[in-house]
Amino acid sequence: MLKPAFWDHEDVAAGPHKHLFNFRRMWKSAVILTALVALAPLLFMAAIDYNVSQKAIEADIHYQTARLVSNTRRSISFFLSERKSALDFIDKDNAYTVLSEPLRLTALLDNLKKGFGGFTDLGVVDQNGLQHTYVGPYNLAGVNYSDQDWFQALKESGVHISEVFLGFRQQPHLVMAVKHDLPEGGSYVLRASIDTQKFNDLLREVEVSGQGDIFLVTREGVLQTPSRFFGNALDRLPLEVPAFAEKTQVTEMHLLAEPLVVGYAYIQETPFVLMAVKKKSALMKPWNATRRQLIAFLTVSISGIVLVVLGVSTFLVNQIFEADHKRVAALHKVEYANKMASLGRLSAGVAHEINNPLAIINEKAGLIKDLFQLQRTYAEDTKLVGLVDAILYSVERCGKITQRLLGFARHLESRTQMVDIVEVIHEVLGFLGKEAEYRSITLTVDAEPAIPVIESDRGRLQEIFLNLFNNAFAAMEDGGRLAIGVRRAEADFIAATVSDSGCGISESDLKRIFEPFFSTKTGKGGTGLGLSITYGLIQELGGSISVRSQLGKGTEFTVRLPVKSNLSGEKKIESATCG
Amino acid sequence: MKVLLVDDEKELVTTLAERLSLRGWEAQWATSAEEALDRLKSEAFDIAVLDVKMPRVDGLLLKKKMQAMCPAMKFIFVTGHGSSQDFQTGASEVGADYYLVKPLNIDTLTAKMNEALRR
Repeated sequence: MLKPAFWDHEDVAAGPHKHLFNFRRMWKSAVILTALVALAPLLFMAAIDYNVSQKAIEADIHYQTARLVSNTRRSISFFLSERKSALDFIDKDNAYTVLSEPLRLTALLDNLKKGFGGFTDLGVVDQNGLQHTYVGPYNLAGVNYSDQDWFQALKESGVHISEVFLGFRQQPHLVMAVKHDLPEGGSYVLRASIDTQKFNDLLREVEVSGQGDIFLVTREGVLQTPSRFFGNALDRLPLEVPAFAEKTQVTEMHLLAEPLVVGYAYIQETPFVLMAVKKKSALMKPWNATRRQLIAFLTVSISGIVLVVLGVSTFLVNQIFEADHKRVAALHKVEYANKMASLGRLSAGVAHEINNPLAIINEKAGLIKDLFQLQRTYAEDTKLVGLVDAILYSVERCGKITQRLLGFARHLESRTQMVDIVEVIHEVLGFLGKEAEYRSITLTVDAEPAIPVIESDRGRLQEIFLNLFNNAFAAMEDGGRLAIGVRRAEADFIAATVSDSGCGISESDLKRIFEPFFSTKTGKGGTGLGLSITYGLIQELGGSISVRSQLGKGTEFTVRLPVKSNLSGEKKIESATCG
Repeated sequence: MKVLLVDDEKELVTTLAERLSLRGWEAQWATSAEEALDRLKSEAFDIAVLDVKMPRVDGLLLKKKMQAMCPAMKFIFVTGHGSSQDFQTGASEVGADYYLVKPLNIDTLTAKMNEALRR
């Protein structure tokens, strides 16, 4: 799993400022904040755009529907009023007696059919409702309409347009009747049947978008023209007819959970309501495509933003984490150096305090021994002499410890001179030559050519290498190998490596080997000061020491020393001789 | 041979004086610089063993004063401070013949004293 390094980090040393180093929380805050700032406006704009676009498209659908209904209503109104005017004209142009002649009426019907179309028959009805003259395909002469509603209604309004009905002829048609008052009193009615086929054709030609349907219906909900979805003329419309409105209206309805856009108009002076019904889902199809694009764009943008936010937050928090790590490491280094300095001061104090009583014990025991031996009273008592020797031996050991402690903490002036490090190494190895020979330890010195002479303290260098070599000897079995390498390190530094084929140092010990009194040789004469002294000496010389080790394989110390001394405020002595 | 031992630790100098006496030296002691100089007024010594660190007047200053009074005298410094390498270099700086580290080994001390006197 991809888990950044800081995820499970807990800064135990941070103390009261622990919250400052909670990198996981820092990361979370960064992610949430930046994501919020980046995504909120985007989502807000997208939501607004979504709503505005949807509203605009819906408004457009309503507008188009309204226009369609409006135009179609005009056509139908025109169709009806044209025929009504024709009947009106015939009425006025011909005297009642003329109209009552079947031959004349036939001629008029022919003219109407040719001129306007849609007329199927024509009849004249007297004021009592009797159709005394009739021309047309059916035998309707002599039919009495006095008890019919339209005839009664006609008395009031003067003009009547009926609903579509089957009537005597069993064909859907409608009746148009115009009442005419006679100057001598009384009245008659000119009645015409109009074939609804003309209507149907008119509506069929209207193009309705969105799988739509347009038809005429009565106010009671009976279809007057065939519809695409709701059945034939005279069937019942499964939708509710909207309430009366003077102007064209558009509304939304549901039929079996399907949303519909319904446009309607009441056609004046007729029982008809013109309705256009469209499926909203079909109309919204283009919008859906836009919406899909919008959502796709949004998804891609959000993914991009989230990825960038995650990436950048992780990167930045990681940077902070690493910086903090470096800071902690530097702090540890300073802390360690401080600790060493304090320990140095402490051990110097202790050593100095102990040295005098130690010297007294030494002299007292020495005197006892002298007395024994010189006065010969107890000279033969080996037990007593042995005891005194044991005291003296222990004092000597303590003396060595205090001396080394003092050496560790030494504040005496150092002496800087030009030193050939390879020469120093050979010199120190000289001390150990006999032991190496005896234990068949192989010694190799591998120095790069042209190693510069460095400005340093010869005595300290000797002590440093002597300590390191002694450690290596102690770590190795007989027949081991001690390899020393000298090379130029980075600018103005040389590096000397001391690697042995000894027992190695465990991971946990490796961290502590430069601490004073840390020893793995306790009980075998180790004071635990060798490496800490070495560490201090190298630091004083402006160098550094590092160690790598593998248990059972060996250990390698690398000492880096500056070519130019940076010992400050110290007396430089040109010559190496000392009197 | 007459030797003057100077150290602020009385126990140390008295015992050391006795040990040297047992080895045939004519050893005298003092526990402060003033006392040592007083003694030097009344008698002469071949060699002095001085502690470097003493209250008021330290070993180095004392040596200068003693040398002024008695130029032929030899000096050996003893210190409880430092490691052997420093003493070799340090001795030449203060003009002492030898520098020794406490606790002393009596044989080393007598050997160095003899060596110094032979010079």
